[in-house]
Amino acid sequence: MSGPALEIAGLSVRFGRRSILHDVSLSVAAGGATGLVGESGCGKTTLALAVLRGLPPQAEIAGRISVAGQRLDPLDRAALRRLRARQIAFVFQDPVRALNPALRIGRQLAESFRLLGQTAQEGRRESLALLARLRIAEPERLLRAYPHEISGGQAQRVGLAMAFAKRPALLVLDEPTTGLDPDATASMLDLVAGLRSERGTALLLISHDLAAVGRSCDRIGVLYAGTLVEEGPASALLARPRHPYTSALARCAPRGSARRRGPLPTIEGGLPDPAEPPPGCRFTPRCPFAKRDCRAGALPAATRLDHVVLCNHPDQAWPDPPGGLPASAPREDVVLSAEKLSVRRQGRVIAGPLSLRLRAGETLGVSGRSGSGKSSLLRSLLGLLPPAAGTLNLAGSPLAPDWRQRRRAELAAIQPVFQNPDEALNRALTVRAILLRPLRRLAGLSRAEAARRLRPILDQVRLDPALLDRHPRSLSGGQRQRVAIAHALASGPRVLLCDEPTTALDLSVQAAILNLLVELRDRDGLAILLVSHDSGVIGFLCDHEIHIGGTQ
Amino acid sequence: MSGLRFAAWRVVLGLITLWLLSVIVFAAARVLPGDVGRAILGPLADARAVAALDHALGADRGALASYIEWSRGLLQGDFGVSYAYRTPVAPLVAVALGRSLRLACLILAVAVPPALAAGLTAAHFAGGRIDRLLTLGGLALTVVPEFVTAILAMLVFGIALRWLPISAEPPPGAGAGTWLRHLILPALPGAVALFGYLARTLREASLAALQSDYLRAAILKGLAWPAILVRHLLPNVLPLLLTVLAAQLSYLLGGLVVVETLFRYPGIGLLILSAGRAHDFPLLQASVLVLGAFVVAASLAADLAVRWLTPRAA
Ligand SMILES: Nc1ncnc2c1ncn2[C@@H]1O[C@H](COP(=O)(O)OP(=O)(O)O)[C@@H](O)[C@H]1O
Ligand SMILES: [Mg+2]
Repeated sequence: MSGPALEIAGLSVRFGRRSILHDVSLSVAAGGATGLVGESGCGKTTLALAVLRGLPPQAEIAGRISVAGQRLDPLDRAALRRLRARQIAFVFQDPVRALNPALRIGRQLAESFRLLGQTAQEGRRESLALLARLRIAEPERLLRAYPHEISGGQAQRVGLAMAFAKRPALLVLDEPTTGLDPDATASMLDLVAGLRSERGTALLLISHDLAAVGRSCDRIGVLYAGTLVEEGPASALLARPRHPYTSALARCAPRGSARRRGPLPTIEGGLPDPAEPPPGCRFTPRCPFAKRDCRAGALPAATRLDHVVLCNHPDQAWPDPPGGLPASAPREDVVLSAEKLSVRRQGRVIAGPLSLRLRAGETLGVSGRSGSGKSSLLRSLLGLLPPAAGTLNLAGSPLAPDWRQRRRAELAAIQPVFQNPDEALNRALTVRAILLRPLRRLAGLSRAEAARRLRPILDQVRLDPALLDRHPRSLSGGQRQRVAIAHALASGPRVLLCDEPTTALDLSVQAAILNLLVELRDRDGLAILLVSHDSGVIGFLCDHEIHIGGTQ
Repeated sequence: MSGLRFAAWRVVLGLITLWLLSVIVFAAARVLPGDVGRAILGPLADARAVAALDHALGADRGALASYIEWSRGLLQGDFGVSYAYRTPVAPLVAVALGRSLRLACLILAVAVPPALAAGLTAAHFAGGRIDRLLTLGGLALTVVPEFVTAILAMLVFGIALRWLPISAEPPPGAGAGTWLRHLILPALPGAVALFGYLARTLREASLAALQSDYLRAAILKGLAWPAILVRHLLPNVLPLLLTVLAAQLSYLLGGLVVVETLFRYPGIGLLILSAGRAHDFPLLQASVLVLGAFVVAASLAADLAVRWLTPRAA
């Protein structure tokens, strides 16, 4: 093959007044792997779509993109179609939604083979072979299934199978590891690596997880607010990040325990409005090292040994975050306990029997592979999924296994926080209405009292009161999760049951939410049960850990 | 719920609906002012003659007794005898319904394919000039009354240009081609209204599908447009199309009275109207009930098809 698999030079993308990508240059060597990292909203997906020439027609695109030595912009429709069919493969951020809900998986997979001129029979045979390679247990059954009948992990493998149906010169994976547990991430990346080396496929791996990218890429680019702020060899960039944004991202990952090390570093503020990006360096509003020269004009690209950084003052060490509250020890009183609980789903015992004990001011972590029954355990404690056997106890008195038989005070005392605040919050309501509901219904306050309680609760989760009259969908992911936590706090609970509360969030946002949970625990004495597949998160937040490994 | 149980349940619901319909029609027919004998014999007839005719027809019996007798006949397949025509009701209804069905099929054939094409085109160029033209035009077409379209079509194509015959019934013994030519003008008003409504509905559905991830994925896979439209978009707008058509069926079969009058094409709509005017209860009840049965069956068929097409709902 001639030259790199992907070469992007000076790519800028605008949607009207909004500048989404600005002068980005990046390349992926033939057969090589480049990672692209950045917070959500900084333009990663836009860049991926530009590489496929798949942006909507209203996008104004400048710059040059070549795939496998072929310039994209002069291609006519037929040539573009051929390029997409044979040279570039793209796996969507949300693999389930990328499948047509009305068609069986088999038909959609076969289509990818048909594009290459194969017969239906050949297509079917190769689909099965490829799915088996991707460690799908019953490929025949998967082919007969409709998209809504398969899991996210399976859908992702279907996406990969479609991608590797051809021998693509370039594979673009958009956030393939978000929401996967470490085992699943590793095995998925291994499978991709195996297929790639067979077919000589280069990889552009988009992620907000620096560690995952570091493992499978030889180069990493860091995107911030549409500008590529740093690019270099993966090992060098991870070992010695040079841009303040990169080093901040690296520091946000949870390490150690909050009890000993205090709160996590976060990056204050958020992405700038793409309609009015700051002049000069776009990171200045959030950068503690910014000087006057950063706000003015173009930046010099400092290059050292093939490691480019777009910063006037690189290689700075961030100050340590202000120490949190003095670490308090858990108290003695057991708030919630379960004895010999067997979790049952659809008539089958899937976890347990297990016993747990949760004290005020204490965090208990629940870990285990996906599908091991972590969320079901949590639903059993909430009374949404009555257990097969076992007893529950709330503050010394027995607790009914079914929520319908619990008293209002008991319902108020145990509150959940879920992974996806989008699904947990009623889209039709404003933040104010969302928070008033539990205050009135569960805490039993009058209208006036409930309205007075809003402010203290917002302060507790550090949410700006100006957001009260907004709808959840106009908030950022971190703000939405804060609203969800505020909703849980409104009824004055003693126990928070958190199910992967930060999995859908960026690392920097995750750090802020984790700090908030620590604060609620240490300052307000809440008992927290935290379900997570991330050992870093569990180690940071939890005093004890139970591991669920399915039925034993 | 399994498909079979779903279908069985829907059939039961449909039968209940029809039974309710029969009660309502029966009750409504009895509260129409005036009586049967008077309607047939005219205002000058002697009161005794009217009473005698009422008695002969059985129109003077209590409502409950005649309802029971009528339903008993219905269950044995006997629709009764028309008061006005003094012949069995069934053939009268069958002929009129046949006419209406032919007209409705022609309307569908004329309106649906262009509406699909227009909806897809508008969605594809959403926000553009073609889109605005089609959306506004579609809205305008749905609000033009049928008699306006009908008279315009008659004047232009029938009388000025003389392209098409303006009477709907072909001469006896005519072939299918002639038959079709005679029916084109009567089909136009309904087709125009349906086209406007369908095109706008399909535009919305196609737009939602076009902006979905799965359709973008199909494009980025390198599929050609025809394959994308037929294999990926159509299966996702077809359920809506079927639902809308089933909902429009009672209009297409029974709601085109104006058109039937103008083109002298007595379909089931006109039959219902005249039976009501004449206090011809057996005819009225039978025609409403048969029309109702068709509509219920069509909506059942559409629901089953939609279930089959949208696996997620099953
Ligand atoms: N079709 C579009 N029209 C207008 N703005 C868009 C469009 N697509 C993406 N954007 C904007 O581009 C920015 C970057 O989005 P995206 O590329 O999805 O980021 P990421 O993948 O890094 O999360 C966001 O501010 C988003 O609102
Ligand atoms: Mg994205």
